[in-house]
Amino acid sequence: MIYHNYLPNTDESRQKMLDIIGVSSQEDLFKNIPVELQKNTSLVLPESHCELEIQNRILELAQKNIWPGGYVSFLGAGCYNRYIPSVIDNILSRVEFLTAYTPYQPEISQGTLQAIYEFQTMICNLTGMDVSNASMYDGATATAEAILMSCRITKKNKTIVSRALNPETQDVIKTYLSGPDIDIITAPINEDSITDINNLFELTANKDIASIVIQVPNFLGNIEEVRKIEQIAHNAGALFVVIIDPISVGMIKPPGAYGADIVTGDGQSLGNNMMYGGPAFGFMACRQKHMRNMPGRIVGSSLDSDGNTAYTLTLQTREQHIRRDKATSNICTNHSLCALAGSIYLSIIGPKGLKEIANICFQRAHFLASKISEIEGFKIPHDNFFNEFIMILPDNLSVDVFNKEMLDRKIIPGINLNSYYHELPGAILISVTEKNKPVDLYLFLSALRELVEEYVLN
Amino acid sequence: MTKLIFEKSEQGRRGCLLPEAGVPEIDPDSAIDSSLLNEEEICLPETSELEIMRHYVELSNKNHCIEKGFYPLGSCTMKYNPKVNESICQLPRFKDLHPYLPVTFVQGTLELMYELQNFFAEITGMDKVSLQPAAGSHGEFTGMLIVKAYFKNKGEERTKVIVPDSAHGTNPASAKMCGYEILEVKSNDKGQVDIEKLEELVDDKVAAIMLTNPNTLGIFEENIQKIAEIMHKAGALLYYDGANLNAIMGIVKPGDMGFDIVHINTHKTFSTPHGGGGPGSGPVAVKDYLSDFLPVPTIDFDGESFFLKYDTPLTIGKVRSFYGNVGVLLRAYTYVLAMGKNGLKQVSMDAVLNANYLKEKLKTKFFLPYEGLCMHEFVLSGKIQKEQGVNTLGIAKRMMDFGIHPPTIYFPLIVPEAMMIEPTETESNEILDNFIEIMEQIAKEIEENPEEVLKSPHNTPVKKIDEVLAAKKPNVAYKKQ
Repeated sequence: MIYHNYLPNTDESRQKMLDIIGVSSQEDLFKNIPVELQKNTSLVLPESHCELEIQNRILELAQKNIWPGGYVSFLGAGCYNRYIPSVIDNILSRVEFLTAYTPYQPEISQGTLQAIYEFQTMICNLTGMDVSNASMYDGATATAEAILMSCRITKKNKTIVSRALNPETQDVIKTYLSGPDIDIITAPINEDSITDINNLFELTANKDIASIVIQVPNFLGNIEEVRKIEQIAHNAGALFVVIIDPISVGMIKPPGAYGADIVTGDGQSLGNNMMYGGPAFGFMACRQKHMRNMPGRIVGSSLDSDGNTAYTLTLQTREQHIRRDKATSNICTNHSLCALAGSIYLSIIGPKGLKEIANICFQRAHFLASKISEIEGFKIPHDNFFNEFIMILPDNLSVDVFNKEMLDRKIIPGINLNSYYHELPGAILISVTEKNKPVDLYLFLSALRELVEEYVLN
Repeated sequence: MTKLIFEKSEQGRRGCLLPEAGVPEIDPDSAIDSSLLNEEEICLPETSELEIMRHYVELSNKNHCIEKGFYPLGSCTMKYNPKVNESICQLPRFKDLHPYLPVTFVQGTLELMYELQNFFAEITGMDKVSLQPAAGSHGEFTGMLIVKAYFKNKGEERTKVIVPDSAHGTNPASAKMCGYEILEVKSNDKGQVDIEKLEELVDDKVAAIMLTNPNTLGIFEENIQKIAEIMHKAGALLYYDGANLNAIMGIVKPGDMGFDIVHINTHKTFSTPHGGGGPGSGPVAVKDYLSDFLPVPTIDFDGESFFLKYDTPLTIGKVRSFYGNVGVLLRAYTYVLAMGKNGLKQVSMDAVLNANYLKEKLKTKFFLPYEGLCMHEFVLSGKIQKEQGVNTLGIAKRMMDFGIHPPTIYFPLIVPEAMMIEPTETESNEILDNFIEIMEQIAKEIEENPEEVLKSPHNTPVKKIDEVLAAKKPNVAYKKQ
């Protein structure tokens, strides 16, 4: 028999239990499984590792990844290197939050439930909406679910999504909407790298559109003409769905202020590690009148039998475990612990901190952009951005060469936009966060100046 | 009662300080339409760092968790979550990696994911794996999209999906999201799929059946080969809901049973923490002939290095941003290493042993609707106790007074007053005996004084909660007075 630190049974206790059950061996417990299915089932897997051996193997793998501190990075595009206050990891490592299940039994889950209620409140305040759910997997799936929700509400089955949405989000929307066969119309962008309003207006002409979906700031960093788009959406009887970067709300009004009906976004920026892309969380908030069409868990405040405030999962008749195929979504497990990180983050930074972080990102990004535009050959086509912007490389410097030169200088530049937008050759999306110190910006600028010597002037 | 963090707020308090921008500043309205600039502050708490720590520590004390006590929540596999899994996730070489780094910078993470794909393929008896889905039901959705893409590619129009009446609610909900009509197949008196009824339902419009095996009653579907034969003969596929995979590792593989698609819940079988409702992870494994439909990217190896494979023309596309819940997958990988091939088999054997032991002991006081050996979980009915005046909800609330998390209740729907009990392999015999004693005591209390039992719970942070009020007058966000 096997002894393992995760398995408390001993041969003696196993025998005792087998005797009570009335079988002679553990193998006999499986006699209801046809024997022919139990042949050749020994697993080709590693042998058991003790903790020391695990650590050795994991460190060996970790060594094959770069040391992130050895590079200055300007990668963003939906996942951001941000300040994570120490308090967050400290609280998340508490087993009471970490190893609890979904709070089905409210009397012994008040910690999780109250934390989610506070989370919902913070998301409502960040988005300017009335109701938030308890979290979604990520911003992309939250947006896809928002479109499904808009189709349920309007009873229409077409949606318009801006081409300036994060391409990953566009891909996920396409996959999700292939299920129920909802048509997606992609609204083009104009020369300012924002959604083309004239085109959008034409696309809504026959008024069978369930929703118009935009991102603010959009994937290319720029601020959309939100009020005009709101009018087009509502004149067409469509819902106005807005995806936000939650940090940007420290500077830009929440979508509730400009007429959004549903707001979604990715919460990675709110206290979650990048972790090679996951897990973080998605959020979704809406107007009161659409509450019963929301997918996912929602926590409500109620009273216990002593008349004290207590929290519980509520409006569960929307959900799969009650309504099965008539539920608003199949979502069950969401990203609760990541959402908790979001709540703690927002509690720590507070209203002033949010403004300050937004301002640091905005100022440093605009400073960097203005200095880049002074360097011969490099262009910054737009200035209508928050903290991410397009930089156009000199004609005779290809993206591949640029990337290699920068990596040689221990700088990871932004992503190559041309792989998503054919009309933007030589375009790099640069992201600046509070983690990019002023000295990092100077490093980036001096690298560009070196490249000018080599590739522009010669 | 803990005040809300908003109620502890006082204007001007800071939870953290931030540096200056450190560059010459411009006026934001020189770049952004001034009517969009947010002049007001967002309503967020203003508290000191200590106050925040105290708040969340106080909240955490109101939660049950695995380390506090027994957590026999059926179908959820609340096994111990090893701590080495947590510490590896704190390594900067894992946690501080941006998803768009060049793949040459992240070979360690990719190697780990590649190996994990292979581990899951081996355990489930399938050929190819996608680690993308974020949770079990997300895996189901992915799997059913694969079914849809498979038939579309074959040029067959199939519109229906069969689920048993004992299935998890996510199964019909996931199939519905893919546009399928749901047909429910009844269970027979042994708690298994009724073969005759199944045959009546199957025709050339049926795309798939979604099954959990062992099923939600904790019973192995003995006729699984016959079911597979019926479905495959009709050209339909078999989908395996991996919620109950903890019962069969190293014993029998879903692939050998005839399943075509499998999802795995790493937060059940592979010890990753549930986090109060996620994040989990729901990898999907398929047989070779379905591998072209998997979501992109998968992790591949060209003999020299690992890479993200996007070149899959028939793919269903992307089901989420980036590549999967990598932080969760790291933990699952570590768990497979810790148990190893023999350990995983022992996991299933001990999980099944513990469940059968509890069932034998508890069936003397509580009604057992389906006799015989169970797998890793079993379902009791509280109907005897209900007749005595306390329903299953009442029993569940009383358990809390003893520091035990109640089992899953009122599910599966086919058992009245159901209590679905899953002890897992990480519980010792003493814990099981203690649970048996408590259950016997509760049964005795119900016989003697049911009114008193109905006043439970007594020892919990709050008393019984008015859930009707919560739904009737929804209060889902705090409004400052």
